[in-house]
Amino acid sequence: MRQTKILRNILLGMENLLLHKLRSFLTMLGVVFGVGSVVAMLSVGEGASKEALEQIRKLGSNNIIISAKKSAEEEATSTQHAHMSIYGLTYEDHHRISESFTNIQRTAPVKLMRKDSRLRERAMELRVVGTTPEWFKLVPRKVLAGRVLIPPDEDKQAPVAVLTEFGARKLLATEHTIGETVRIGGDQFEVVGIVKSESGQAGNIQIPDQEIDAYIPMTVARNYFGDIFAKETSGTRVMEKVELHQIIVQVDEPKRVEAVAAGIERMLEKFHKKEDYAVSVPLALLKQTEATKRTFSIVLGSIAGISLLVGGIGIMNIMLASVTERTREIGIRRAIGAKRRQIVFQFLIETTVLSTTGGIIGLGVGALIPFLITYFSGMVTLMTLKGILLPLLISMTIGILFGLYPAMHAAKVDPIVALRHE
Amino acid sequence: MVNQGHAHDNAEIIRLENVYKIYQMGVQEVKALAGITVSFKRGSFWAIMGPSGSGKSTMMNILGCLDRLSSGRYYLEGQDVSGLDDDALSELRLRHLGFVFQSFNLIPQLTVQRNIELPLYYLGWDSTRGAQRAQELADEVGLGDRAHHRPTELSGGEMQRVAIARALANDPQIIFADEPTGNLDTTTGEQILELLKKLNRQGKTIIIVTHEAAIATHAQNKLHMLDGVIDRIEESADETN
Repeated sequence: MRQTKILRNILLGMENLLLHKLRSFLTMLGVVFGVGSVVAMLSVGEGASKEALEQIRKLGSNNIIISAKKSAEEEATSTQHAHMSIYGLTYEDHHRISESFTNIQRTAPVKLMRKDSRLRERAMELRVVGTTPEWFKLVPRKVLAGRVLIPPDEDKQAPVAVLTEFGARKLLATEHTIGETVRIGGDQFEVVGIVKSESGQAGNIQIPDQEIDAYIPMTVARNYFGDIFAKETSGTRVMEKVELHQIIVQVDEPKRVEAVAAGIERMLEKFHKKEDYAVSVPLALLKQTEATKRTFSIVLGSIAGISLLVGGIGIMNIMLASVTERTREIGIRRAIGAKRRQIVFQFLIETTVLSTTGGIIGLGVGALIPFLITYFSGMVTLMTLKGILLPLLISMTIGILFGLYPAMHAAKVDPIVALRHE
Repeated sequence: MVNQGHAHDNAEIIRLENVYKIYQMGVQEVKALAGITVSFKRGSFWAIMGPSGSGKSTMMNILGCLDRLSSGRYYLEGQDVSGLDDDALSELRLRHLGFVFQSFNLIPQLTVQRNIELPLYYLGWDSTRGAQRAQELADEVGLGDRAHHRPTELSGGEMQRVAIARALANDPQIIFADEPTGNLDTTTGEQILELLKKLNRQGKTIIIVTHEAAIATHAQNKLHMLDGVIDRIEESADETN
C-alpha cells in the first residue's frame, strides 16, 4: 500500500516533468555529466585494480624477484677489450637466502643462456634457463604436454629439456615432439614437456618466463655450460661471468613480502661490493596502481564533483522558479487540505525523479567514456555493480539535497495569498 | 443517501464568539474583523455581503480554516478550532470543507477527472476508487463526457462545475463559495447558483461571499458586513427553504 503510494507519486512527478521536456532535460544535464564522470572514474579505477591483480597473479603475489644487473661501474669498463665482467648473483647468494629466512617457503635459482639449438631440421637460437624443479611451483603455468622438471632430473643430472610455448613455436615442436632429442649448444637433450608461457610487463618488472624458450636442470646447466658467457655486442666480443641471473623467492604470507625483501636487500648489500642486483616485489605494483588510480580519481572526481554541484544548483534554481510559477497550484492544494509536508514531498519527488533520470542518462554517457578510454589509450576499464549503483545513489542524493530548499519554499506558500496570485 | 433529519436539524454548525483578525501593517494595526459573534445553522444557505474592504473575504478565510484568528473563539461542529495548528486546520479542510472560487482555481495541467480527484488523493484513496468517484461527480454536475479534457478546453461555467464537483469529492458538510459567479455571465451564473441550491437542499451548508445583491437573493440568510463588523443580519424564518 505504502509502496504503491510512492510509485504513484513518482509517476505524478514524471508527468509534471514531461510537461516541460526541454526544460527538464536541460536542467538534468549537469547531473548527466557529473554521473558520467563518476562512472568513468570508477570503471577506470576498477580496471586498473583488475589489471594489477592480473599482473601480480602472473608474477606470483608472494614472490620476490632478485635479478642480476651490471653495476654502473661495470657498465663503464666493460667496453674495454679483453675484459671480463664478473657480476650478478652467486650460488652462495642463493644458498644464503634460502637458509637464512624462516618465512621463505621456496626459492628457485635462474641461469640464463643463449644457445644455438636444433630440433630435426629446425635450427634456432634459444633462450635457455637452468633452474630447479621449484621454479614450476613459483611460477605456476599450465603444462600443455608431458611434464615439468622433477627432482630426479636435478639429482641424476638428466639431460632433459622442458620447452615453453615460445620455444616450442620457434622449433615447431608439438606435443608429438615429447621424447625427441633437441640439441642445445653442443649437447643432446630429451624434450620431456611443453608448458604455457605468459608475457608482458608489469610496471617495471618483467614476467619471469617472458624471455624463456627452454628449461634444463640447474646441475646440468652448470656442468655443461659453466658460468662464463661470450657476448657479441656490435662486433666486440665481451666475456661475462655470471653465476645466477635471477633468484625467485616465495614468502609464506603476502604481508611479510616487503619485510623479507628488505632483509634480502640488506644481506646482499653486505656481500656485494657493487650494486649488481635488483630486488623487485610484484606486490609493490599494487601501490603503484593505487597511485595511478588516485591520479585518475582526483581528475575525474573533480570534474564529477563540480558537475554535480553545478547540476544540483541548476536543479535548485529551476525548481525555485517552478515553485514560483506554480504558486497558485500549491495554494489550491493547500486549500483543499494538503499538509505542508505533502507539498514538500511532492516537490522533493519531482527533483529526485529529475536528478535520478539525469543519473540514468549519465550512466549511459559514463559507460561510453571508459569504452573510449580503452579504445584510445588501451587502459583496462571495468564496470562493476558498485560502479552502477553508486552513481545512481549519488544522483538521487543530489535530488534530495538540492530539492529540499525549493520544496520547503513551496510549503511556505500561504494559500490565501496564493489563491489571489495571478 | 442524505440524512433528511440533518437537513432540517436546527443545530448550529458554526459559531464565532467575539472574533478579531488584526493585521499589522507597518506600525499600524488594521482590524479586518473587529469582534464578530454569529452562528450558522446546519443546512442553511448564507450570503456574506459587503463592499470591498468590509472584511467579508477575511471572514471567509477564517470560517474556511484558511486563516487563524487573532482572538476570540471559533467552534466548528461544536469543536473549538481557534487554537489549532496548520496541520490540524489542513486536516479539517480536507475532511469537512469544500471550496469554490471566483477564478475556479483548477490545476491547468491536470484533467477534469484528476482535478476532481485531488481531495481524494490527499485523503489517501487508491487511484482506481478515486477515479471512479471523480467520474461519478463529473456526471453529477453534467460533465461526465468532459472528464478527460483539460480545464483550458472548458467554458467558464463548465470550469465552475468542475470546481463544485471537486468541492464535493470529500463529501463536506460545508461548502464555501467566494464570488462563485463573478467570472460568469448572468445565465451561467444562475445555473451555478441553482446547482449550489440543489446541494443545499441535499443538506449541505452553503456559505457564499458576494458583493452582488442579486446573487444574495438566492440565499435564505444574509450577513452584511461593514468595516470589520456585522452591519446587519437578515435571517429567513423559512427553515425548509
